[in-house]
Amino acid sequence: MITALRRIVKAGFVGFWRNSYVALASIFVLTVALFVIGSTMFLDQLLATSLNTLQTKVDINVYFVPDAPEEEVERIRNAVAALPEVSVVQFTSAEEALQQYRERNQGNEISLQALEELDDNPLGSNIAILAKETSQYESIARFLEEQQGLESAQTQVIDEINYAKNKDSIDTLTSIINAVEQASLTIMAVLLIAAVLITFNTVRLAIYTSREEIAIMRLVGASNVFIRGPFMLQGIMYGLISGTLAMLLFYPLLVWIGPRTEAFFELNLFDYYIVHFGEIFGLLVGIGVVLGLISSMIAVARYLRT
Amino acid sequence: MIYFDNVSKLYNDGRSAALQEVTFQVAPKEFVSIVGHSGAGKTTLLKMIIAEDNPSHGQVFFESLDVHKIPKTKLPHYRRKIGTIFQDFKLLSHKTAYENVAFAMEANGRDDKEIVENVPQALALVDLDDKAWNFPNELSGGEKQRVAIARAIVNQPDIIIADEPTGNLDPIATYEVVQILRKINDLGTTVIMTTHNKGVIDEIERRVITMDDGRIVRDDATGKYVL
Repeated sequence: MITALRRIVKAGFVGFWRNSYVALASIFVLTVALFVIGSTMFLDQLLATSLNTLQTKVDINVYFVPDAPEEEVERIRNAVAALPEVSVVQFTSAEEALQQYRERNQGNEISLQALEELDDNPLGSNIAILAKETSQYESIARFLEEQQGLESAQTQVIDEINYAKNKDSIDTLTSIINAVEQASLTIMAVLLIAAVLITFNTVRLAIYTSREEIAIMRLVGASNVFIRGPFMLQGIMYGLISGTLAMLLFYPLLVWIGPRTEAFFELNLFDYYIVHFGEIFGLLVGIGVVLGLISSMIAVARYLRT
Repeated sequence: MIYFDNVSKLYNDGRSAALQEVTFQVAPKEFVSIVGHSGAGKTTLLKMIIAEDNPSHGQVFFESLDVHKIPKTKLPHYRRKIGTIFQDFKLLSHKTAYENVAFAMEANGRDDKEIVENVPQALALVDLDDKAWNFPNELSGGEKQRVAIARAIVNQPDIIIADEPTGNLDPIATYEVVQILRKINDLGTTVIMTTHNKGVIDEIERRVITMDDGRIVRDDATGKYVL
């Protein structure tokens, strides 16, 4: 048993070396396939991150009138925070709002002078509301409008809800995000299927060149395991080498592209690659090994039948 | 040791036949030549013995074993009892002469010590000890066939089956191969060989079975090539 295993391993290595031309072709195709798979993974990560950043940038701001009673503001704030769709409610008091206004207009003398002319703080407090999903803003806004509607003219608390103003851009963003997500999923699926099929085919062709050998081995009385073993080992080796090669290919590419993705998507892909090196490497090599092994097994099985 | 019992092989159309009602036996240590024109059914007959082809009717026995009732998983074990030699050599092109011979032993599950001892002996028997590390494409036709013979005998099979072993060889190589086959037969191994070559038959002076159109038409104890 151990002798047989040792012989299979040896035959696998020797066959790999002597068939290096065929092995090279298989490795090349498998490397490309794994590169495509890896690229879709990176792209997916990039999209996910940018979607997240985009989503956190969408919010609803509720501005309260400057003399709004504090308990009333507090009540609305708590009511909003209690909504299941809401993830964060950020409160900015009137003083903080004034402070922020001053900072924003530091170079603008006229604005600051205008502020000095006034005795009171002209700004009211406000809250910024973040929903868990972009699609949920609609219902939050409706809730706020109802609150506003309940108020009588004398005791008006809510000055302005800026959702209506932002509604169009939020809607557009929501639909773009959904479309991009769907399109990228479809493209990834197609690319993955293509990569897998091409790999299967190449390995099958590689083994097709060995069909004579397989027939001879059978005539000499070699058992199926003994014939299949070296090819399976070679499939595994294709996977290991291709996974490593694909990983190496990503390095210079990501060094170059990393800073660019950071500027645009707020995620440096190169940093991501370095931090998750182990996982990505394991995944690529794993997929490569499984692909190589299964392709070899299916291909050899054809010539072991009859 | 080999017994054909009324074996016929029909092709799919049901009319043309490669073998028709073939019955004969081969005793241990015999040297049997099977002659006949191309398409007479010689190769089909040999394929029946190694279970590469199935009969439409009749049975083929190896000793008391019905060859075509052997389960597929046991077929490799059965084939190890038989050494096969072909017109086109059928060597593994990515293995050296030594490795080709050793492969038959490895497939047989022999241990390393036996392989190291027996492979050089087999190669010496066919006078190829000096070309052990050459690949098939570095050998002449006659040398390739001698490697194939070494591979066929290295497991000490009960029987050697040779399908046109001299078909691709020049007269000198043919003579060498025939001498080796005779030597193997003298050492106690049964040999069944098909051939076209009149000179080979006359040289061997052993039993000759003549086939025509799928039938055995002559079976002579010390035959001549008649056709």
